[in-house]
Amino acid sequence: MNRKKWYLVMMAGTLALCGLLVLAGCNKNTEQSSNTTAEQQAPPMAAATPIDPATVATVSGTVKFDGTAPKAAKIDMSQDPACKGSNEAENVMVDSGDLANVFVYVKDGLGSRTFDVPKDPVTLDQQGCKYHPHVLGVMTGQTVDIKNDDQTTHNIHPTPKDNREWNESQPPSSPALEKSFAREEIMLPVKCNQHPWMKMYINVVKNPFYAVTDKSGKYEIKGLPPGDYTIAFVQEKLGEQDQKVTVAAKETKTVDQSFKAGGE
Amino acid sequence: MLKSVFGRVLRGGSVPFRKDARIKLRDGLVPFNLLTQGSTLKAIGTRYNRAHHAFAVFTACATFVVITAGALVTSNDAGLSVPDWPTSFGYLVKVPHFVGGVRYEWGHRMVAGTLVTLTLAIALWTLLVEKRRWLRWLAVGAFCTVIAQAILGGLTVLLFQPPAVSTAHATVAQTFFCIAVAIALFTGRRWVEEIPRVEFDSGRPSLFTLTLLSIFVVYVQLVLGGMFRHHGMSWWPHVANALIVSFVLAWTAVRALSVYSSIDAVRRPAILMLSLLIAQLCLGFTAFLTRVAWGKNSAQPELPMVMATVSHVAVGALLLATTVILAVQVRRHMVSKQMPVAFGERVPRARRGVTAA
Repeated sequence: MNRKKWYLVMMAGTLALCGLLVLAGCNKNTEQSSNTTAEQQAPPMAAATPIDPATVATVSGTVKFDGTAPKAAKIDMSQDPACKGSNEAENVMVDSGDLANVFVYVKDGLGSRTFDVPKDPVTLDQQGCKYHPHVLGVMTGQTVDIKNDDQTTHNIHPTPKDNREWNESQPPSSPALEKSFAREEIMLPVKCNQHPWMKMYINVVKNPFYAVTDKSGKYEIKGLPPGDYTIAFVQEKLGEQDQKVTVAAKETKTVDQSFKAGGE
Repeated sequence: MLKSVFGRVLRGGSVPFRKDARIKLRDGLVPFNLLTQGSTLKAIGTRYNRAHHAFAVFTACATFVVITAGALVTSNDAGLSVPDWPTSFGYLVKVPHFVGGVRYEWGHRMVAGTLVTLTLAIALWTLLVEKRRWLRWLAVGAFCTVIAQAILGGLTVLLFQPPAVSTAHATVAQTFFCIAVAIALFTGRRWVEEIPRVEFDSGRPSLFTLTLLSIFVVYVQLVLGGMFRHHGMSWWPHVANALIVSFVLAWTAVRALSVYSSIDAVRRPAILMLSLLIAQLCLGFTAFLTRVAWGKNSAQPELPMVMATVSHVAVGALLLATTVILAVQVRRHMVSKQMPVAFGERVPRARRGVTAA
């Protein structure tokens, strides 16, 4: 076989290899989806530790922002005519000193207690090319229903550190995606690569004692058994602040917190 | 006789040969067109093929378009807007809803796919018409590189843009661009038909060494820039290395222009390299301002940020390719005691006898 023929045989071989890779890539999608379902199954949980409902306490309060609030970054949605949401980013939302979208949860003090995973799913909605809510709390293994109410395709792409990363597109009017997260992770970023301003955070915790501050900076955590706890307040830009709290049986305790510009 | 000829070449003298002289080449006896002006021998085994060269130039230009399209994808944070690969939303060529990041990512995939076809065509064409064995291998290498690049692009999507893979994708893209430009250069009329004028390079380090050093530092800069762009590294190593790149490239250009400015093939890429270096430094500074200093709290990639970073990538690719061209031309036009022969077209190494391809 002369040299030219060798070259042609090599090229044909390379092309065949590429073809196989393309086919492998096509098959990978199906394999991936079946793996996805398997990996998303929550690990088997131990039976929940019983809590006496007659003794539970409530922790509530207000989260404030000290100082001049940073100006909200402007969003330009002109690259997709179907996007008609508000044009301000939600990374630091301050209204009259009240700080919204702070995730508040019991970080420490529950010991080895275990809790049932809620059967009801939480909903993450894409509307006006924004995520609703911007900050979401969910228990490990709990289902998150992801809906698309926009007349455009979104893709949902969580970029976790401890959970499995995935990236799926969701056309308009398609059924909700049902997802869950197996491991605890705070401020897990979720973004849409088609609309780069779309960002939100999912907080995955092992206990049901969490809340997200509303527009007036208020939160409430109910059903907490009496004890000594560390309550964590986490904001996507300003970082985390902790408070030690002791709650007695049936007590309703107010725990306020404030953030300063620069994450202090 | 050859030793005598070589000695005269090194001294920069002219070489009087008979026009009917024949020199034994690796592939047999090939007649040389030996001129008394200038200082080298010239192989006429290869003929200039205008269509082949034009297609090679077109492929190189298409590569530049693909690199720019890829830079647009990264700058618009649209790399994963099409979540599957090699299909796009389940189809190979169906045009999706062309909004948001999809237009950048899908557009990049389509021009990249076209480039793979162009590269296959130029590789096959080169195998069929080209007599220089090393150029045939280069064409095969180009095709293998573009396939590797496509696979890296796919891995970038399927593995969710790990910085190392994304940076490799960016680096191999520019490597391929250099190969495409080199093929265009080697198939050009000037390269095929010109009698290269040869000068003796007595400087230390030699100009060729300097050009290799330039390619190395630009490559390192490319990797550092890629790692920063893909969130695998801070910005300061890229900025710090920019000083080294500036020094080495300026040294190389100044040496080339001050000592060998009479050789057009060296002077032109040296001037272009220096101009691109200045432009690149300005663009780098602009990119730093728009992205790092001013854009860190922006809700999305903004137009000044996108324009500055895309231009920085595009001019960076041109700078690397120009540096490679300069190295190639220096290798062709300079002789030193260590490296007397280049590309097997000129006076062969005296010690090893007469060889050329």
